[in-house]
Amino acid sequence: MNNNLKKIVVENSDEIVKNWLEEVSKNRSNDYTSAISDELFQSTNREFVNVIFTSVDQQGITTELDDFSERLINLGWPLSYLTEGLQAFRRVTIDYILSQTEKVDSEYFANVLVMVDKWVEPIITQLVNEYSGSWEHTVSLQRVALQELSAPLIPVMENITIMPLIGTIDTERAKLIMENLLDGVIKHNAEVVLIDITGVPIVDTMVAHHIIQAAEAVRLIGSTCILVGIRPEIAQTIVNLGIDLGRFPTKSSLRKGFQTALELTNRRIVKSDDSEESIERLLDSLNKE
Amino acid sequence: MNLRSSVKIQQEWDIVGARQIGRDRAKALGFGTVDQARIATAISELARNIYLYAKNGKIVFETIDDLQHKGIRILAIDCGPGIDDISQVMEDGYSTSGGLGAGLPGVKRLMDQFEINSEPGKGTEIRTVKWVR
Repeated sequence: MNNNLKKIVVENSDEIVKNWLEEVSKNRSNDYTSAISDELFQSTNREFVNVIFTSVDQQGITTELDDFSERLINLGWPLSYLTEGLQAFRRVTIDYILSQTEKVDSEYFANVLVMVDKWVEPIITQLVNEYSGSWEHTVSLQRVALQELSAPLIPVMENITIMPLIGTIDTERAKLIMENLLDGVIKHNAEVVLIDITGVPIVDTMVAHHIIQAAEAVRLIGSTCILVGIRPEIAQTIVNLGIDLGRFPTKSSLRKGFQTALELTNRRIVKSDDSEESIERLLDSLNKE
Repeated sequence: MNLRSSVKIQQEWDIVGARQIGRDRAKALGFGTVDQARIATAISELARNIYLYAKNGKIVFETIDDLQHKGIRILAIDCGPGIDDISQVMEDGYSTSGGLGAGLPGVKRLMDQFEINSEPGKGTEIRTVKWVR
């Protein structure tokens, strides 16, 4: 029975492939594949159906299937193309087998269903696993990349360190900010640390709470924390929320914060006598003569 | 324009998604940058409350656009533990999670209308509106 069905399918593969190609191309115009060129679509279809047949023939997962799915993942074909293709294969094959048999009773019918399912299921499972595996891999890589970006600390000059924050702050990131801040203050021996929130889109009570805690912790280890980059709309929402940021200095821009930091460390920016000025003076004196 | 849409809040990152939709909506309605930030912050607070206390709920956005009024209505609906004493949570500085306790009173100040209904053991529904000026 089992081998009989397989024989029918393998021997008449041409006919089934023809039906399958028709079925797959039928609702092509109104879905995602409409952007793909006809040639590519047809050749991918042909390859796909070959892979299916090899898999049916060898009763299991083949290296062809692995290669094929890997290539499609890299090209960015949607998973639904494959699952829909396999569903179509199931429909077409069942139709075909039934049309080849003269006498169809319910037992035979059930057998055919079970058999075809046995061919198609492992392929679907394999493909879905590979696709989701590739997504999970991408997500985990991005998470690592995001973590590397999350709380950088820049020692701009002796005793002054800046932490620029960009993007949304969640609980996990808030923890990292606190740790990096305290580690950095100790490591770089910073007297003043500037937290720049220019790139933080929203400051809600959670974000404010974390910043206040970080600043408080910095104060406990003997340094000063200045919050800079507070945009006007953020200032208004902070006031509306009723958050008290009065326990540490805040500034609108990094530049102003940096000046305050210099003052706190008893330094200031002095313009050096630049050469242009002395040349001008020289020219002036020459003109007078 | 789609007048009503909702976002499920189940993970911390859903808060970011909800806030982004709210901000886009507010921008499309013609709110200024300050009001956009107010609306986004209010959504952030409401969504975070859902995430922290109810674990599961949704934020619903409604665009109000009739002849006299234009604005955005934001509903925060959850089926969490509910709130025992509403007047207490509306006090500044009250928090059960060690936060600042500025969330709900803050939202009330950020928005133009604020309504809260809660039944202990059944859930909480908060309705807020901000009008375009």
